[in-house]
Amino acid sequence: MSLQAQLQERLRVTDWRIVRLRAGRVVGQVITYSVLSVGAFIFAIPFLWMLSTSLKGEAYAYRVPIVWIPPEFKWSTYTEAWRMLPFGLFYRNTAFITVMNIIGITLSSSLVAFAFARIRFVGRDVLFLILLSTMMLPSQVTLIPIYVVWARLKAVNTFWPLIVPEWLSNAYNVFLLRQFMMTITPEYDDAARIDGAGWARIYSQIIMPMSKPALGVIAIQAFAWNWNNFLGPLIYLNETRKYTVSIGLRLFQTMQASKMPETMAMSVVALIPVLIMFFIAQRYFIQGIVITGVKG
Amino acid sequence: METTGVGRSQATLIRKPRLTPRQVENIAGYLFALPWLLHFVLLIAGAMIFSLAISLTETDLLTGYKFVGLKNYQNIIKDPLFIKSLKVTAYYTFLVVPLGVCVALSIALILNQNVYGLGFWRLIYYLPSVVSGVAVAVLWTWVLNPRFGLLNAGLRALGVADPPRWIYSEVWAVPGFILMGLWGAGGAMLLYLAGLQSIPTQLYEAADIDGANRWHKFWRVTLPMLTPTIFFNMLMSIIGSFQVFTQVYVMTDGGPNNATLTMVLYLYRRGFINLKFGYASALAWVLFFIILIFTMAVVRSSVAWVYYEGELRK
Repeated sequence: MSLQAQLQERLRVTDWRIVRLRAGRVVGQVITYSVLSVGAFIFAIPFLWMLSTSLKGEAYAYRVPIVWIPPEFKWSTYTEAWRMLPFGLFYRNTAFITVMNIIGITLSSSLVAFAFARIRFVGRDVLFLILLSTMMLPSQVTLIPIYVVWARLKAVNTFWPLIVPEWLSNAYNVFLLRQFMMTITPEYDDAARIDGAGWARIYSQIIMPMSKPALGVIAIQAFAWNWNNFLGPLIYLNETRKYTVSIGLRLFQTMQASKMPETMAMSVVALIPVLIMFFIAQRYFIQGIVITGVKG
Repeated sequence: METTGVGRSQATLIRKPRLTPRQVENIAGYLFALPWLLHFVLLIAGAMIFSLAISLTETDLLTGYKFVGLKNYQNIIKDPLFIKSLKVTAYYTFLVVPLGVCVALSIALILNQNVYGLGFWRLIYYLPSVVSGVAVAVLWTWVLNPRFGLLNAGLRALGVADPPRWIYSEVWAVPGFILMGLWGAGGAMLLYLAGLQSIPTQLYEAADIDGANRWHKFWRVTLPMLTPTIFFNMLMSIIGSFQVFTQVYVMTDGGPNNATLTMVLYLYRRGFINLKFGYASALAWVLFFIILIFTMAVVRSSVAWVYYEGELRK
């Protein structure tokens, strides 16, 4: 075999290897993206179906197989369903409770987290351990006694039982904020103290502004949680005009159970604020998961 | 505070009462922590004691309390509905927790391979776990509808001639709820993704030098390094799954034939529907201990399978 032929032979072998490697990579990519797409399709399709069903009216909603895009969108399903119950009022009630509680949770939890992260007071570490252990307690244990007390105070069927506890902070948010505040170097506090600042100033003018990312996480989670809260309003609110969106929707479902387009339309309406908030503040949602999970 | 008697009136005129910096720090600490101290005393410690007391009585909250000792607890053990609810809840938990880990971990592993448009994929998979509550329960009532539902439409398209009746069937109702639970696996997926990204690349490089293939790397590097995240996530989902309420209340109200009667739903029924608050309080405590036992079991088992860095092993 001539030298040239040998060289060519060797080149061919190399080529073949590269081709195989590339082909392997391409096949791998094709598999990866196919699996991802199929999965994403499965995860997204209930939303699309919900939207489609809410807009196609009685005539197409119950067709088998599914009619995805009806010849005509029936927007009137939304307006008619909206008028069957005072959904505007439910929205206002929920918005009121939610806004109040976002303020209450961020304020109270940040104060407590500041104490645990920054101030060295007697019994702090024991208290923090207790705080962590209360995260394990299922809320059902305290559900009934707290209900009894609110009933005694004649506060059932008011918003107080849904708001006051949230203003007293909660272990999960305190923990999350405290972990974040611990990452801010104490040198800022020392510098401020030399300039004559007290604890209140250090809290409000140094730590709070620097904790904005974590506060955002908490506010967004408080929003989603309060907007979706069901058991609390179910137990405490018993007059229709006091209802929140979630129990309003539940009432609507029991009234209109057999009407798929209408119940779907009102579910869309109930989900919209959370979805909008999610798209605006996606970063905070994702950070929240990561901050709490990193603890491991 | 103990101030010395000498020239006290004069001192108070000139300065505020003198406190040492330590005392100031203590007072400030307790003032800042006050919201949670109140929370703990009123909503946790006080409420727990009260709850324990109520659980020893028979009461509808209106006509007074009748002390019955441990009778509620004795009745719970013999209560066939309680046994049923325990079985239903355990069945749900033991399927949804491991399956959730598998689904979330698989998605995270795929997303961790430098895919294009990571933000987009992450968004789609994460979105269902953000929305929750009644709206999602109403949506899934229809998704799982045997005749007009999305799921059975899909199954028929795949050639299943006689798909299950899901929430209308005693056998298939809980699996239906499990599918719904898996739809919300996106939250855990984000956790695993964060965990995967924090695995040091040197470990993979070292594995490469030793000639490890993908399979080895997954079982010997990725999975062990991820066990703390899996552990944390499993703990949280066990606690959460034992407390399932909203979905079952809205979608089946425990039916058909109590096939989806979860423990919290049973507690709610006994307390707020039948007005047996003593019995319901006792149920809450039993639920608490059951959750405690399972979490302790997982924590105990973690010694065997959770890897912590810096831990010495032979």
